[in-house]
Amino acid sequence: MTRWGMAIDLDRCTGCEACVVACAAENNIQTVGEEQAREGRAMHWLRIERYYEGEFPNVRTRFMPVLCQQCGAAPCEPVCPVYATYRNPEGLNAMVYSRCIGTRFCANNCPYTVRVFNWFDAEFPAPLDSQLNPDVSVRPGGVMEKCTFCVQRIQAGKDEAAQEERDVADGDIRTACQQSCPTKAIAFGDLEDPDSEVSKWAESPRAFSLLGDLDTRPGVVYLSGSEWREPAE
Amino acid sequence: MTAASQPSAAVLDGQLLGRLDRRRPGLLVGSLASGALALVFIYCWGYQIANGIGVTGINRPVFWGFYIINFVFWIGISHAGTLISAILRVTKAEWRRPVTRSAEAITLFALAIGGLFPLIHLGRVAIFYYMVPYPNSRMLWPNFRSPLVWDIAAITTYIIGSALYLFLPLIPDAAVMRDRAAAGLRKRFYAVLALGWRGTAQQWHSLEWGIRILAVAIIPVAVSVHTIVSWDFAMTQTPGWKSTIFGPYFVVGAIFSGIAVLMIAMALLRRGLALDRFLTDRVFNNLGLLFVTMSLVWGYFTFAEHLTVWYSGDLFEKNVHHVLLHGDFAVPFWTMVVVNLVIPVAVLSFPRGRRPLPTALVGCGVLVGMWLERFLIVVPALSTPRLAYSIGDYMPSWVELGIMIGAVGVFACLYFTFTQLLPIVSVWEMREGWRHGGSGEAGGATSDAAATSGTAAAPVPGGGGA
Repeated sequence: MTRWGMAIDLDRCTGCEACVVACAAENNIQTVGEEQAREGRAMHWLRIERYYEGEFPNVRTRFMPVLCQQCGAAPCEPVCPVYATYRNPEGLNAMVYSRCIGTRFCANNCPYTVRVFNWFDAEFPAPLDSQLNPDVSVRPGGVMEKCTFCVQRIQAGKDEAAQEERDVADGDIRTACQQSCPTKAIAFGDLEDPDSEVSKWAESPRAFSLLGDLDTRPGVVYLSGSEWREPAE
Repeated sequence: MTAASQPSAAVLDGQLLGRLDRRRPGLLVGSLASGALALVFIYCWGYQIANGIGVTGINRPVFWGFYIINFVFWIGISHAGTLISAILRVTKAEWRRPVTRSAEAITLFALAIGGLFPLIHLGRVAIFYYMVPYPNSRMLWPNFRSPLVWDIAAITTYIIGSALYLFLPLIPDAAVMRDRAAAGLRKRFYAVLALGWRGTAQQWHSLEWGIRILAVAIIPVAVSVHTIVSWDFAMTQTPGWKSTIFGPYFVVGAIFSGIAVLMIAMALLRRGLALDRFLTDRVFNNLGLLFVTMSLVWGYFTFAEHLTVWYSGDLFEKNVHHVLLHGDFAVPFWTMVVVNLVIPVAVLSFPRGRRPLPTALVGCGVLVGMWLERFLIVVPALSTPRLAYSIGDYMPSWVELGIMIGAVGVFACLYFTFTQLLPIVSVWEMREGWRHGGSGEAGGATSDAAATSGTAAAPVPGGGGA
């Protein structure tokens, strides 16, 4: 059985946000514009959290890419009244957009605050409409969405392997954020496969889960050699 | 009842029903004004449906805002009636007689409005029925693990129960109205409501039993409704929400705000319809005592809730607690404590404070305070998520304000209409109370009531200058 997972090496992350842009392009995430962003409605499936340490001028910035943790025990799932979000057999917290009625209960119960909501219908004025990814549906207004671990790429990778009559090999499937990371800070693959890159990273003594005390059993593992294990004040 | 002189049935009917025959300009103006507010409600909701839920001020991380606050608020108000009137009926409190009808009407209308708010709140209201378990070809069910589905079940049960509970004791009065009305639309309306009531002993017997069963059955329903509403919050693991005390805390808060609105409504009815004879000072005194008790219980729950959170020292809980008590939400928080606890106790502890005007004014304060309580439950917890990067802010838009104010209009409009069409004080129950001479014994109610029903069904000549 497969359990898709991701490992992010914070010691490699430079906070360049290439992953954020790649994610938006890959997944047809709507750009809400300045005014809406100011109201706290920017839609990013992946965000770089910045935390500052020290007193000016001796300030250090730490970056942390935060995306849906694809929890093994996801708080978002039981509260949805219509099963619009559920756990699929490969360990993904899947979203069924057509089922979502927009109660936003899931987002309230997400300890990572990674769910984003379509407050209005998406608009992709020309020529932006020509760059939409045909493999990903454009979500209507009033619907919740979040990181899918690029499920369309997972599907394509499995299809390709099936055509070539082989198993999916580690590294066949690369998420958009992983692909675009200039410092190769992101690994993606099957956590059940002990030889996969992501499994090896997850074995690292530097590995930890975000808000691990909650025991949401995330599919995302962070690596850090510093005191990042403790949540910031 | 401790009225000095016991009026005859005819005088009583005249007092209570005669007013229905006359035009009352005050009520008409009230109906029109509240009707205009109801239009604001309709316009704002229509605007939101046409343009998207984004016309509100909610955002990430404050995904729930005024709509959920008002949902909890109105469901709380709905506890005015059914629960209080059921408790008074079950305990056979004599002074309930003039109160029950107006309280039950508040319940039904508040519940109808409260039940609308979760729908207004939805991102895609057109497919709200996905939450309802209905047979469909795809064999899809709602998620019964979700507190929102429990909400639907609880509120539907409560609204049907409350409607029945309002309607059953209304039947004999509707029959009186039917017999008094001249032939026409009005008469037909009352005839439908009266369900062919003739006042036979058998009918009275069935009615008594129906009311008795409903009064007992509705109490657990009412308690469960607000407990389940609280579980919308308490079942999550959001700091500031996950709390085992929320169930009873919400029930107490609901009864508290329910009594507040009942005090206001009764003071208005007493003045507006000159019902001094029925809504006596003693009724206000008794309800005032109940009111101050609930204030103290509410204060106790609030203290227990915040003390345990503070003492735990949990980092994330403490963050929420901090913005509440000392931070951005300190002003509403301490305002809430003053209007919900300090003022009610200071005023209602004294007999002079338990008269219509002061109790109504305290009631207004408590309504504000209980609204603030719901605001302080929803917003601070959401705006202070665990990951500090996402800390947010919330400001309602004009659409949310319009719907909130408009909902008050819809409520008032329904209430005014009800008051104009049907006796807001239960005539037959008052009469029954006079029969008993305020003894509170309901033993011979059936035969007594059957005897009076002869008068009830007969047109009362010259009642109240009809």
